Amino acid sequence: MMAVSLEVVSDPVVVLEGAVSLLGNFPALAGLDFSVTSGEIVLLQGPNGAGKSTLLRLCAGLAPLRDGKGEVLGMSLATTQGRRDVRRQVGLLGHQTALYDDLTVEQNVRFWTAAGRGDLAMINPALDRLGLAQRLRTVPVGGLSAGQRKRTALAVLLCRRPKLWLLDEPHAGLDRLGRDLVDELVAQAVDSGATAIVASHELDRVAGLATRVVNLAGGHAPAGRTGRVGGAPDQAGHGAE
Amino acid sequence: MWSDARLIAAKDLRIEMVSRVLTTQVLPFGLLVLIVFGFAISPDRQVVGGGRGDQTRAVLEQIAPGLFWLAVLFSTLLAIGHSFAVEAADGNLDALRMAGLDPAGIFIGKAAAVLAQLLVLELVLGVGALVFYGAPLANPVLLLLTMIVATIGIATAGILHAALAAGLRVRDTLVPLLLLPVLAPVLLGATLATEAALFGPASDGWPWFYGLAAFAVLYVGAGILAFGSLLEET
Repeated sequence: MMAVSLEVVSDPVVVLEGAVSLLGNFPALAGLDFSVTSGEIVLLQGPNGAGKSTLLRLCAGLAPLRDGKGEVLGMSLATTQGRRDVRRQVGLLGHQTALYDDLTVEQNVRFWTAAGRGDLAMINPALDRLGLAQRLRTVPVGGLSAGQRKRTALAVLLCRRPKLWLLDEPHAGLDRLGRDLVDELVAQAVDSGATAIVASHELDRVAGLATRVVNLAGGHAPAGRTGRVGGAPDQAGHGAE
Repeated sequence: MWSDARLIAAKDLRIEMVSRVLTTQVLPFGLLVLIVFGFAISPDRQVVGGGRGDQTRAVLEQIAPGLFWLAVLFSTLLAIGHSFAVEAADGNLDALRMAGLDPAGIFIGKAAAVLAQLLVLELVLGVGALVFYGAPLANPVLLLLTMIVATIGIATAGILHAALAAGLRVRDTLVPLLLLPVLAPVLLGATLATEAALFGPASDGWPWFYGLAAFAVLYVGAGILAFGSLLEET
C-alpha cells in the first residue's frame, strides 16, 4: 500500500528577506527575515523598540523598505506603486485610531468605508456588532472614550474587509468585553479567509488566539525565536531564519 | 479622481460646519485685519470730515484692494492650517494613504473645500472693505472673476505647500514662510485687477486677471501631478 502524503500548501501573504526599514536614520528593522502564510494569526512579541510597530507599518505599505526584499499579498514593497496597491488590501489598527473628532461615529465609519472602497452595507451590522448602533452612533468622536474610539476604528476595519489585518496593541484601552470582541472579530476574519498579524504585550490573551509567535528584538527575529503557540517548534518553514 | 475629490471636499466641509472655524476664527480674524489696517493708516479718524480726514479716507479708498487681499492672504493661512491640522491629528494622513484614494482626488477635494470657505470669507471681507474704506465698484464682473481665479490659485498653492510641510514638526510656522513668497504674485495681480474693477477702467484689470488664471492653472496642474509624491514623503 502506497503512503500518501497530504500537505496543505498555503499562499504566502507576507515575505520579507533581509528587510531594512529606517525611522529617521535609525534602523528599526535591520535585516529582518519574516514570512506569514494565508490563514495564520501571528503574534509579534518583543520589548519596546523591538520593531513591532515598524514591521506592521512596513507590511501596511506605510514605512518604506530601504533594503532587502519585501512582498505583501504578492505585491512588492520596494516600489511606490506596489506599496499603494498593498494599502488597498490591508487594514491597520495602530496606536492612533484615525478618526475625525468633529464627525460622528457613523459619519466617520461611512467616510472611511467609502474612501477604502469598503462595503457600505456593512456599516449598520458593524456598528451593531461593536456596540455603537444606539446612542453612540450620533455622538461626535471627540466626545468618546479611548475604548469607544477603538471600537469605532474596529468598525471601520470590519467594513473595509481587508485581506490582511495588522493590529498594534488592539486590546489597549478596551474593557474585558471589548477585548473578547477583538478576539472574536480576528478569529472570524481569519475564518473568512483573512490573515492577521498582532503586536501585543498581552501575551496571556493573544497567545490563545495566535497560531504562531514571532519574537522580535532590535529589529531582528533572532534565530530560534519563533514557534507555534504552546512552545512547539515551528515546522512551517517560515519565520526567523 | 473626481469621486475621491467629492468625498474629501464633502468631509472637509462637514467638519467645517461642525467646528465652525471659518465663522468663529477665520472670518473675525480677517475683519480684524481690515479694521486694524484702517486704524494704522488713519490714527486720527475722529477728524473725518475735516481736511485731514478726507485725505485719509481717500488713501484708504485707494489702498482698499491691497488691504482686502492682504486680509484674505492672512486668513488663508488659518484656513489652510486647519485643513491640514485635522489630517495630522490621530494618524488621519496615514489612513488617507491606506484608503487608497487617488492623491489627485485628495488634492482637488481639499483645495475645493478651502476654496469654498475662502470665497465666503471674501464675500464678507469684500462687503467689509466697501463699508470700512468706502471704495466704489465700477466693474463687478471683473471683481467676481478675479476673486474666483485668484482664490483658486491661493487654495491650490496653499494645499500643495501645506502637504509639503505636513510631516514636519515645524509645519505650523513653516507653511506661512513657504506660502507667502509664493503668493506674492497673486497678491500683486489680484490687487491690481481689483483696483481696475473698483475704479476702472476694466481693460487695465484683464491682463492681471489672465496672469492670475495662469497661476491657478499652474498650481492645479502641479498639485495633481505632485501631491501623490508629497503624500508619500509625509
